[in-house]
Amino acid sequence: MKRLALGLGLAAIAGAGVGLLLTAPRPVASERLEVIAALEGDAAAGETLFWAGGCASCHAAPGAEDDARLVMSGGVKLTSDFGTFVAPNISPDPDAGIGEWSVTDFANAMLAGVSPRGQHYYPAFPYTSYTRMSDRDIADLFAFMQTLPVSQVASLPHEVGFPFNIRRALGGWKLLFFTEEPRVTPAEADTQIARGQYLVEGPGHCGECHTPRNPIGGFVSDAWLAGAHNPEGEGVIPNLTPGGKSIRSWSAGDIAYYLESGFTPDFDSVGGSMVDVQKNMAQLTSGDRNAIAAYLKALPERANGWE
Amino acid sequence: MKFRTLFAAAVIGAAGFAPAIAADEPQVVRQEMMKKVGGATGAMAKMVKGESDFDADATLAALTTLSEVAAGIGEYFPEGSETGFETEAAPAIWSDRAGFEAKLAAFKADADAAVAAAPADLDGLKAVFGPLTKNCSSCHETYRLKKS
Repeated sequence: MKRLALGLGLAAIAGAGVGLLLTAPRPVASERLEVIAALEGDAAAGETLFWAGGCASCHAAPGAEDDARLVMSGGVKLTSDFGTFVAPNISPDPDAGIGEWSVTDFANAMLAGVSPRGQHYYPAFPYTSYTRMSDRDIADLFAFMQTLPVSQVASLPHEVGFPFNIRRALGGWKLLFFTEEPRVTPAEADTQIARGQYLVEGPGHCGECHTPRNPIGGFVSDAWLAGAHNPEGEGVIPNLTPGGKSIRSWSAGDIAYYLESGFTPDFDSVGGSMVDVQKNMAQLTSGDRNAIAAYLKALPERANGWE
Repeated sequence: MKFRTLFAAAVIGAAGFAPAIAADEPQVVRQEMMKKVGGATGAMAKMVKGESDFDADATLAALTTLSEVAAGIGEYFPEGSETGFETEAAPAIWSDRAGFEAKLAAFKADADAAVAAAPADLDGLKAVFGPLTKNCSSCHETYRLKKS
């Protein structure tokens, strides 16, 4: 009996040890960080990534318009099944924001979801998509963000209850769902579609809302961009694959024009949380909007993800 | 046999009447009004994009349509029309009526200003088109809900 208890005790300790190892935050490989740190960031090029990445949609103050969308004071609340996440201040302020960060800290946040203090970030911050970004784009975006105005507004804590408030457990979530792999193999492959795939699956993080999730927040397999329940309440986030009711009949030109102007082919307008996303997409080059459209047209057809 | 014929006639009759009844429902009326806005906006957008030539009369007619809908559509969101007929009206219309009415008032003011400006050339149209159509997404951001 004593021996059994001892055995069980040892097994429990071993299990906990393995669990701790597996859930430990893993930063970006040091070789890659060295490559990124050696790059000279181009702030002008980084602005494109800033809009493609939708940074302002969460990190500008709620309701910010025009130039105020460049002040990354945070404060937008994202409601979810796991609690309410409050976007932090990521302005270059050394105290309230990320002014003290190195490009290495930034790369770890964007590519690995790991904070400078070595903790996991919640995937409400879409590093799950940003992890596909290139070294060059990380360096350029960081350079651009350092040019933004500072804000002294203090970040607010997330409103997340037990057990989701145990950040270490996110290591387990990452083991299950965090991947750098492409989300889908497009029907055709050319440089334009590849560019669209990079923008949509990487910085654009379109799938974070347009793909259905399972009860613990991982993407449902084989349903990439198939649409989902609106995580913030009633209604749905539309199906972007050729299986979608409305987008099926849209040409690539229609999709690009929608991203530029906010108008559907019937001259209905963008609505809901996409209003802000479309403002970001309007800042891209027409070449990038056309690439996104080409990629969406090349997606495998899927039934609506919310049904 | 006679009963069956009567029954069939009744069914056909009801089917014939059904669209007439649906067309009076506020959900359907407001959807038709929004389609008119889409048509008018599309006519102007084609000019702005250079896909069709500028036409001052067509522009004024389109702007007038927008003004009329902005003035009239508010009354087609009565209590009890929150659901049905594939409406995409958001519950916020009823929970935040004042906010919704304010969006309609802003739309009406911009549409009236554009009608008063009566654009005489493409530049004139471009000057009013952007600010006016910002009202679409500004309202749809909160008060329209995609359901499919």
